[in-house]
Amino acid sequence: MVTKAARPRKRKIVVRGPGKTSVTLIVNGETHEVLVEPRRTLLDALRKDLGLTGAKKACDEGTCGACTVLLEGKPIYACMALALECDGRTIETIEGLARDAKLHPIQEAFIEEDALQCGFCTPGQIMSVKALLDENPHPTLEDVKRAVSGNLCRCGAYPKIFKAALRAAELLRSRS
Amino acid sequence: MPKVIKTKTEFEGRVLEEYVVVEGEGLSAWDAHVPLQFVGKKTTRVDGPERVTGKALYTFDVQLPGMLYGKILRSPHPHARIKSINTQRAEQLPGVRAVLSHQNTPKISFRRQTFLFDEVVRYVGDEVACVIADDEEIAQDALELIEVEYEILPFVLDPEEALQPWAPRLYPDGNLLGGQPELYQRGDIERGFAQADVIVERTFRTQCALHNCMEPHGSVALWEGDSLTVWDSTQHIFGVREGLARLLGLPLHRVRVIKKYMGGGFGSKNNLGKYTVIAALGAKMTGRPVKIVLDRHEENLATGNRPASVQHVKIGARRDGTLTALELKAIVTAGAYCLWPPSLGGPARELYACSNVKTEQYTVFTNTGPLSAFRAPGYVEGTFAVESLMDELAQELQMDPIELRLKNYTEIDQTTGRPYSTKGLREAYERGAKLFGWHEARTPPAALLSRRHAPKLRGVGMASQIWSGNGMPPAYALVKLNPDGTATVITGTQDIGTGTKTVLAQIAAEELGFPIEKIAIEIGDTQLGLYAPLSAGSMTVASVGPAVRVAAHEARQQLLDVAAQVLEVPRDSLTIADGLFRSPALQKPVAVHEVLKNLENFMIIGRGAREPNPEDVAVNTFGAQFAEVTVDVETGEVKVERIVAVHDSGRVINPLTLSSQIEGGIIQGLGYALYEQRVVDRNTGIVLNDNLENYKLPTALDIPEIVFEMIDRPDFRANNLGAKGVGEPPIIPTAAAIANAVANALGVRIYELPITREKILKALGKV
Ligand code: FES
Ligand code: FES
Repeated sequence: MVTKAARPRKRKIVVRGPGKTSVTLIVNGETHEVLVEPRRTLLDALRKDLGLTGAKKACDEGTCGACTVLLEGKPIYACMALALECDGRTIETIEGLARDAKLHPIQEAFIEEDALQCGFCTPGQIMSVKALLDENPHPTLEDVKRAVSGNLCRCGAYPKIFKAALRAAELLRSRS
Repeated sequence: MPKVIKTKTEFEGRVLEEYVVVEGEGLSAWDAHVPLQFVGKKTTRVDGPERVTGKALYTFDVQLPGMLYGKILRSPHPHARIKSINTQRAEQLPGVRAVLSHQNTPKISFRRQTFLFDEVVRYVGDEVACVIADDEEIAQDALELIEVEYEILPFVLDPEEALQPWAPRLYPDGNLLGGQPELYQRGDIERGFAQADVIVERTFRTQCALHNCMEPHGSVALWEGDSLTVWDSTQHIFGVREGLARLLGLPLHRVRVIKKYMGGGFGSKNNLGKYTVIAALGAKMTGRPVKIVLDRHEENLATGNRPASVQHVKIGARRDGTLTALELKAIVTAGAYCLWPPSLGGPARELYACSNVKTEQYTVFTNTGPLSAFRAPGYVEGTFAVESLMDELAQELQMDPIELRLKNYTEIDQTTGRPYSTKGLREAYERGAKLFGWHEARTPPAALLSRRHAPKLRGVGMASQIWSGNGMPPAYALVKLNPDGTATVITGTQDIGTGTKTVLAQIAAEELGFPIEKIAIEIGDTQLGLYAPLSAGSMTVASVGPAVRVAAHEARQQLLDVAAQVLEVPRDSLTIADGLFRSPALQKPVAVHEVLKNLENFMIIGRGAREPNPEDVAVNTFGAQFAEVTVDVETGEVKVERIVAVHDSGRVINPLTLSSQIEGGIIQGLGYALYEQRVVDRNTGIVLNDNLENYKLPTALDIPEIVFEMIDRPDFRANNLGAKGVGEPPIIPTAAAIANAVANALGVRIYELPITREKILKALGKV
């Protein structure tokens, strides 16, 4: 028996590549059309094609979290998504957080608590914290730890990242 | 007239001698009771906003118009001779601009033991060739098209094996660095053991650990005419400049090295890398800027490591705990190349008063990735061994571990006979013990057996730390005052994530009497900056900070001269604070810029140089750490519940960034104690865990409670700040303290790092 869900749907099959193909990325509220090779990752498209170098590449294989961005509000490793997969979807990067030259409360809290040393993992940490606080305005310490457990920090800024996330939650609550 | 004198610097356990030019009069450190406005105050990072917004441009982020990318072909064999390289197919791939190998590049000697492109490869990951292409993907594709014919040579991976006469040789004169062990002796070791009532003797093993800085190593090279500019992720811009100039035959003024932000180094970025020279050559060949950044796998193969060690340690003591002899023999795995062997015997030589000491170190070449400095090289390993054995001795003598250490306390540097400038270790033990609740928490070893059946065992342990605390002159700085009452501090140091910029801003603000927001710090550029030493050895603040202070002081003196004349008040009556001149002769305070603006673009420039190190005292840092662990007897899992640390690094300039360094050091030490280990396949020499999936770094879920205090007492002899370094001290005793806590929990000691579940279960007799 063929269930409804498994029944092949009629869909236009689009063949893209080899060679560059056009992709629309909605990044921090702006729509960009870029020409990329099908194997281009979202991370490389952001960094190389859009010049948004805030998301970092520390492994390029989904093991460190330095490249964390939000795709439709959910945190993802941008190195593990193809730009093609993100066609027409909304992406939020670290560059989109500060508005009108004003830092986002998470960014403020990271500075105040010194939740960074070299800062290379920081954009990823901040995006993971953003995803958490968007979902859960009242996180516990355990929630915070779990939210950034996919973001490595070789400098060991963890204790301060925890503090910063909790402080940011407080800041956000007091401001809303 | 400038005076040229020689000064000694202890750098990572070895003493160097440098010429320093001294000018003018030195400043003495601020008195402990002088109230300071910026120094000693929690100060958030001056470059925090750039770092949290993604605007900070790391070398990894540099993208220049027309830039090409390089990818390096690495040896798949641990030891082989390259018979031929055919790059034709790679060169024909559209988008490939050049392929570099020993066939088309000059024979450039590199790190004494090899060449930029050597015809012999000595480890899996050694550089063979490099493709320069329009994009990384193309370069990667092209690597697969290069045909290399290798003559496979016999290889050796184990350092003890490598010392055997029959072992395959990496170099014609053998596998032992320098041809003989490094020997240190004082007193008479045999007599010392003869005098002992108790002798403990053990063999300790430590693993090879990988740095895994988050920002990979990499460079971007750009030629403009005959001038080369290189952006490099480095801890030493002036060192990279010197190396590039020497290897490429360029005059120094044609080489500019820039490093604004860096994503961690931990010692692995102390020296010029091959990728930097290759990028420069590739850029020359193609006439385009070239970027080479390593990927995570290359990071784990080719950028250095904390070498594995085997340490035989023997301690003799009298019944009352007095040490009579201390002997340490270490075998250290250099890997294929070695620039600067770590000094594992340091803690054995320095930590305790003991007249009969012998250390012997064999640094051995093997066909594995080369070692490099890694945060407190040698001392982390050596402290683990010595402090573990001290605990065994304490148990043997039925003494409290702290009591045993205090019994052998010394105010004199045992290696030079000089007194320490300051030493807060006794206080660190006392304060640490109190903070931790040591005397209550400690379980006597006799109580252990009965607890064997508990599902979780709890244990506590402690360990001591010693490390050098001097700066490394020469170092220079300029402070220029701008007409609007702001100041720019210029020096050639680097902020590798430690907070150097912030600390320098605090020092300049303090000395000038300007608000900190009015200070800009310009570092990381050899062309515009002034010489500063490498950011390593916990020396940056102690080297560069004093120079900044002198420069700011000089600028302030000039500013006072000028203001006295402009405001027509006696110079002696003038003070500067918060960017305002005050004087009883003035009706109200006058802002600095009010004075300067009348002088158009007149510019005040203060110059500062780091004073030489003192000759008659030893300048060191000290500390003690305490660990509490629980061990799950079913799974073997060790959980570090809390770490208490008390360190003495002289005056604290920024308690906020300092606390980050302390926590970071402890967390790295925890990773080293429990998780981290490079695994090399015995049959092929291939690193099996050259990635972050299988090389286990501490994550957010592994972090214990960390409590720490600083002794925070200025060291007036160290330098004009009274501050010493803090980057490395916190990682030094962590693994030893954890190992001692585990031994306390189990009642059995584990002599090999990392302390994995498997080793725990073995120790408990469960596997
Ligand atoms: S770069 Fe994407 S997870 Fe590491
Ligand atoms: S701050 Fe350096 S890796 Fe996190």
